Amino acid sequence: MTVNGKKPKFAMYWAASCGGCEIAVLNIHEKILDVDANFDVVFWPVAMDAKYKDVEAMEDGSILLTLFNGGIRNDENEHIAKLLRRKSKILVAFGSCACEGCIPALANLSPVGEIVQTAFNTLTTDNPHEIYPRTTFDVPEGELHIPKLAPILRSLEQVVDVDYFMPGCPPESHQVAAVVDLVIKVVKGEAELPLKGAVIGVGNSTVCDECPRARNVKTITAFKRIQDIAPPDPILCLLEQGIPCNGPATRSGCNARCPQAGAQCIGCYGPAEGVLDYGARLITAFASIIDAKEPEEIERILDGIPDPTGQMYRFSLAGSLLKANRNAWVKS
Amino acid sequence: MTDQFEPTIIGFTCNWCSYRAADLAGTARIKYAPNVRLIRLMCSGRLDPTFILRALSSGADGVMITGCHPGECHYLEQNYKALRRFLLLRRVLEGMGIESGRVKLVWASAAEGVKFAGETTAFVEEVRKLGPLNWGKPVEKLENLQEEISRSEEVPA
Repeated sequence: MTVNGKKPKFAMYWAASCGGCEIAVLNIHEKILDVDANFDVVFWPVAMDAKYKDVEAMEDGSILLTLFNGGIRNDENEHIAKLLRRKSKILVAFGSCACEGCIPALANLSPVGEIVQTAFNTLTTDNPHEIYPRTTFDVPEGELHIPKLAPILRSLEQVVDVDYFMPGCPPESHQVAAVVDLVIKVVKGEAELPLKGAVIGVGNSTVCDECPRARNVKTITAFKRIQDIAPPDPILCLLEQGIPCNGPATRSGCNARCPQAGAQCIGCYGPAEGVLDYGARLITAFASIIDAKEPEEIERILDGIPDPTGQMYRFSLAGSLLKANRNAWVKS
Repeated sequence: MTDQFEPTIIGFTCNWCSYRAADLAGTARIKYAPNVRLIRLMCSGRLDPTFILRALSSGADGVMITGCHPGECHYLEQNYKALRRFLLLRRVLEGMGIESGRVKLVWASAAEGVKFAGETTAFVEEVRKLGPLNWGKPVEKLENLQEEISRSEEVPA
């Protein structure tokens, strides 16, 4: 399969992320050979050696498909996001970090100075001389640079124009395989691309919709941590057992893997179709099932959620309406 | 004219009680702070927390939620839902650095124009004390450690 005698080009990049998205791509098993057979992989820092200047030398729009995972935390992330946007025809925000910030975005709850302080000078880090990394450093060969941290982590869409979104932490491999199949069909002229801005490789409902657990009328009088219930009922809805399960707000697409395995949904597939703010939807869901009318009683039940902000925005903080703690926006 | 900070308040009112309380305050010519912009909902239970987050992130300094007294909801129990959402949202907002005083829940029946006006004025004064929220704009109260980092000692070889 060729375009003008050449295979179309493929790139994958990681910004502020953990590398799990790359593993999810490799987890498509033998289908990765289809990727290799149909694409020329030009840039994929995890898997092969390539320099930024090689990408800079490419013609604009010459990469057909770029899967971009990770949030935008520093100026290097931002530079590469803008570079790959210019060089790519199709830019996909791949994985929860690129779509709505994911775990790295929880750092938006602290000012960047505190983050550096915690990393370099706390009880667990011996730093008697108060030495911190600097963004520039002079060596005999010239000036060295390390990327400067931004005040908050942003999603890819908040920095560049994004064609498609593929959420998940990481996206399920069967969904990755389906998207790879689709793109190959598009290249062959056998299928059409979805509308720009579409969320791909997902379902259009909520995790609850895919969850096989039995659901009744939900009324709970206490939130419990899952480790304090031994073992949870294998059939009954986890939320009905008082376990704060994020299923009602979370987009389907994973086949409700966690609830099926006996663990609560933590929301990695991001907001369900039509949900503007993930946390707001989850607040609504939790508030609806609490069986109490007196403020004191409600507060007692809510005490069962030890970290409400983290519970509501574990994966979606950068993509939420508020995006960060107020103190994170520090005047420089 | 004074330079005193005038907070912008978004007020959500219930069609069956607090909106009529506001109406009553108007027809009775009760004076109250003009800072509040009222939005009428059919019920406080219609209040999606998204509305509050949207208001705060788009420039409001405070949000007032009003509804029927407990037990008097036109739709039976929806004001209890509003109460639970409010209490949970307030906890989430604290994690975002938003003072709990910026979001207030008030019960006001259709007959309580005086109460509505009084609560509104009191809330405006509370938010005025807290100062502007200016969501998404850099705040000055913390020093930027990043700057200090670039000024810090050189790393020994």
